[in-house]
Amino acid sequence: MRVMVFVKATEDSEKGLPPTEDMTAMFEAMGKFNEELVNAGVMVDGDGLKPSSHGKRIAFDGPNRSVIDGPFAETRELVAGYWVWEVKDMDEAVAWAKRCPNPMPGPSELEIRPFYEMEDFGDALTPELAEQEQKLRERLSGE
Amino acid sequence: MAKDETHRAIEAVFRIERARLIATLARMTRDVDRAEELAQEALLIALTEWPKSGVPDKPGAWLTAAAKRRLIDGARHEAMRTRKQAEIARELDEEPDMRVEAVEAAIDDPLGDELLGLIFAACHPVISPEARAALTLRLVGGLTVEEIARAFLSNDAAVAARITRAKKAIAKAGVQFEVPRGAELTARLGSVLEVIYLIFNEGYAATTGPSLVRPPLCAEAQRLARILAGLMPEQPEVLGLLALVEIQASRLAARAGPDGRFVPLTEQNRARWDQLLIRRGLNALARAEALDGADGPYALQAALAACHARARSAEETDWVRIAALYDRLGRAMPSPVVELNRAVAYSMAFGPEAGLRLVDAIADAAALRHYAPLPAARGDFLFRAGRTDEARAQFEAAAALSGNERERDFLLARAAACAP
Repeated sequence: MRVMVFVKATEDSEKGLPPTEDMTAMFEAMGKFNEELVNAGVMVDGDGLKPSSHGKRIAFDGPNRSVIDGPFAETRELVAGYWVWEVKDMDEAVAWAKRCPNPMPGPSELEIRPFYEMEDFGDALTPELAEQEQKLRERLSGE
Repeated sequence: MAKDETHRAIEAVFRIERARLIATLARMTRDVDRAEELAQEALLIALTEWPKSGVPDKPGAWLTAAAKRRLIDGARHEAMRTRKQAEIARELDEEPDMRVEAVEAAIDDPLGDELLGLIFAACHPVISPEARAALTLRLVGGLTVEEIARAFLSNDAAVAARITRAKKAIAKAGVQFEVPRGAELTARLGSVLEVIYLIFNEGYAATTGPSLVRPPLCAEAQRLARILAGLMPEQPEVLGLLALVEIQASRLAARAGPDGRFVPLTEQNRARWDQLLIRRGLNALARAEALDGADGPYALQAALAACHARARSAEETDWVRIAALYDRLGRAMPSPVVELNRAVAYSMAFGPEAGLRLVDAIADAAALRHYAPLPAARGDFLFRAGRTDEARAQFEAAAALSGNERERDFLLARAAACAP
């Protein structure tokens, strides 16, 4: 199964990059962990994100769209980085996540969320729906 | 945490460590069965100890130390019975320090050599390719016999027997659990790549059974290819194979329609292709090519898959480039199957007659005598050339040869579409 692992933001991560020497130590520890993930065939993707002060939100309300500039409050709900892992089950994802060096100077959290898989849609994607989608595609491609 | 939950957490840690643990133990005991037993015993010890002590910082080293202690205890008990075990006991006794830190230092294995050694042993050419696949899934992938049997639509007893035979063959041939060097490495690596691709293909183009694809088997093969690429990042063909399985797997969701029916590449909904896997595949291919590996058989097949991955619609496919890549693949890996695919590429690039000319040249190849894709391709060329009567006969012949129910339905539908 494929999971996304979120590194949740903290007040520290929202301030931007830490001082160089702290960052070097963090890169080293994280690099070692990432190498383990790669050698186990678990890591598929991953990266770090800039603080929410660099971000924007698009708010939807009926036909209206408004753009909200960062930074955003609710720091604990923000994301500072992510991985995509392929694992056998959630137990394995949890076991790997526990091995991660603390990504932040203070207390922090990782959050693991499984992707939807083909079979999750099951009967929801009926042949009728598929046909409908096919017709729509044909119209779009002008056939 | 509830007891069950604790056990599950410990078992998850064990699963992460299992392959390397078995690799270390197999190298010590030169006996895969014994290595598996000892690993299992180490798990049982962990299940009693860790709920009290917590999961240790270095669980791999801890488990190795526990298994090693069991090995020594066992060897001491049996010391008088056989000389071999006495030797092992003596050898192990000479290693003075059994603390976790010492074991950790001793198995300080940044290159993953032990795991690689196990992979090379499980894929040793003294074993048949099917048995290699089963043994690799068992030892490296950690699948149970039941899971392997289900994956290959076989029964448990047959798979268990196959694995037992494979282990005996390894023991009899005196296979070392080491990574081969020099010229031997090249030859043995071919055998490893073959096994991983065999596992992948059994998931991607199931040769038998009711369903067209078996994604869990593809996932296992991808994982093995990723592990190998992590451990051997300088081997272009490893990267070529990784690129090939990543790009092909990107189409898994689009390959079977919602009703389970086979959807050919040119008709697939490309929006359902997994862009993350395509990106990973293209990246691996670029690395293989940068290592002068562009003309390796796997890299060439990956380059072919990449041509499709890069085309946003079937019409945009660069068939001339694909035909040229098949010319190179035919030289790197001459085979009637490659020639057949070359014919398909030529038919797309230069018209159905070009395909028919190439396919006629291989019509008598023994390897293709019962090969459904041959009449299926010829049927397609004939159909496109407007020779529908001849096309129908070819599609019907192909359907009769196909072992996969979904593929058969597809071919019969094409035969029916040949009605005047």
